Amino acid sequence: MKPRKVLSTSLVVGSVLLGGPAVADTPSASMLANTCAGCHGTGGVSHGPATPTIAGISEEYFEEVMEAYKTGDRRSTIMGRIAKGYTKEEIKLLAGYFSKKSFVPAKGQKADPKLAKKGAKLHDKYCEKCHADGGTSTEDDAGILAGQWKPYLKYTLSDFLAGKSEMPKKMKKKLMKLHKKKGDAGIEALLNFYASKK
Amino acid sequence: MSQVTRRNFLKVVGAAAAATSALGYSSFAIGGAKKKVVIVGGGIGGATAAKYIKMMDSTIDVTLIEANKEYYTCFMSNEVIAGERSINSIRFTYDGLKKHGVNVVHDWVTGIDPDKRTVMTQGGKSFSYDRCIVSPGIDFRWDTIDGYDAKVAEKIPHAWKAGSQTTLLHKQLRSMRDGGTVIIAPPPNPFRCPPGPYERASLIAAYLKKHKPKSKIIILDPKDKFSKFGLFTEGWKRHYGYGTDNSMIEWISGAKGGKVESVDANSWTVQAEVEAFKGDVINIIPAQKAGKIAFDAGLVNEKGWCPIEGKTFESKIHKNIHVIGDASVASPLPKSGYAANSEAKVCAAAVVALLNGGKAPQPSWVNTCYSIIHPGEGISVAMVYAYKDGKIVKVKGSGGLTPKEYDAEMRAREEQYAHSWFNNITADVFG
Repeated sequence: MKPRKVLSTSLVVGSVLLGGPAVADTPSASMLANTCAGCHGTGGVSHGPATPTIAGISEEYFEEVMEAYKTGDRRSTIMGRIAKGYTKEEIKLLAGYFSKKSFVPAKGQKADPKLAKKGAKLHDKYCEKCHADGGTSTEDDAGILAGQWKPYLKYTLSDFLAGKSEMPKKMKKKLMKLHKKKGDAGIEALLNFYASKK
Repeated sequence: MSQVTRRNFLKVVGAAAAATSALGYSSFAIGGAKKKVVIVGGGIGGATAAKYIKMMDSTIDVTLIEANKEYYTCFMSNEVIAGERSINSIRFTYDGLKKHGVNVVHDWVTGIDPDKRTVMTQGGKSFSYDRCIVSPGIDFRWDTIDGYDAKVAEKIPHAWKAGSQTTLLHKQLRSMRDGGTVIIAPPPNPFRCPPGPYERASLIAAYLKKHKPKSKIIILDPKDKFSKFGLFTEGWKRHYGYGTDNSMIEWISGAKGGKVESVDANSWTVQAEVEAFKGDVINIIPAQKAGKIAFDAGLVNEKGWCPIEGKTFESKIHKNIHVIGDASVASPLPKSGYAANSEAKVCAAAVVALLNGGKAPQPSWVNTCYSIIHPGEGISVAMVYAYKDGKIVKVKGSGGLTPKEYDAEMRAREEQYAHSWFNNITADVFG
């Protein structure tokens, strides 16, 4: 598997740089990605205060989330309406494009240091196993949490907790446990921890 | 992990090879001399095109000609009018573009010679180009309302080009007595920012509710329907008593005589088709057409807008000149800031490819348009667009309005995303 992945990645990069379309009717990855910048920032780095940065997130995660927005399995205000405009192939191109950009942590976000400290402990206990390295890792196709815009994380977590968005089984178990034990205050601490990561 | 089937693999390899033969050289390679692009107009369309051409091919010589040293965004200017945001927060300079290597010239373009491929300015300069991108914005049809012209607009603002007009309307609102009447007269279709007049009414109502609750807004409209109609009127019901005797907003449609025929600036009176209305603050937004340079350069059709080829935004009238933004006929894309930004990128990609001897790539566009109904409450409309059979088309199943059933919490999120959109699009254009 490994050499194949390297090969496919380099080819996609090549076509991105040159702006070449994958097939006649499919726009190139950069052509598609340029339209995202209006809301998500140039190259997918958001200036906030709420819209998430999509630069640097894993390909698999990007595709999964976009498909979930399409079907409504993941709740959104506007993203579902926009996700429906893209084919699987186009979403794949977008995923490839943004995964190769670098994630830039949110600038100027405030975090309560006391809460952040509490949140760090909760993260280690409930989240670190999948969202490794303090929520910065994209390994195992985890979403980046550290340095992401706080309102977005807050909306997303509250939709998960309310059962309005679907989440992976393991995550559901852990998040529900955290919420049961620590309540909304625990979630707020977690959010402050992620916001404290610059 | 990405899976490479044999079929996919061949497809990708083929595309990469094709792309290399089309675009795999710098602009020096073909003509020898540096390729020149001249961009006329530094609004959302022009500034985006300048930046993105430089990002796509830094060897292209890009000159942006814009009369003003600062740009005030029209979007979010309604928040300035209502006192929710400072005028400075919607002001942008061209320093960011200069950092990208764009040659910014502050001058007024007086003409474009499509045969000699030259742009002339009031300052007596001329600029030659291989391709020219015109982003002229809009101009007003001053002949459509008796007694209302550019001079009167200094007293009774249109505030449809942001800047001093925005500040003037804000100041007039602030100094208005409690119990006063604000008249807003939206234009007929087509015009810049279709939901704009109604967002303006919403935010002025929010201001009045808080500071001058006995006051009233009358919207004198030549139309019978408007953008996001259901969402606006529902919002007005929630916040401003719309539909009741005590409604802060009264909307008079074209069918009910809302069309404004004349304005008397001395008595602050607006004559609509059926009735005359006296206002304490009056905001007339006249009918529109493409910006002046589009007329001077002969880029307009009989309706006063610029016909373009959707794949490249090249003028259907003059070769090597592209027209983007509100002035272009790009329907079903709306005349919005987001659309101008999106069109500019498609145009930039086409211009870069063509200057390098390649073919214009397959385009893709998005429009997202937020309106604030009340501080803390937003609504939106969005759409994805594709190019099919020589036309710009809406992608079926995509886009649409904020669902009616959204609760206050979801509308609050939309407001947060609206403000995020403002920060991101302005950074994308000017940063």
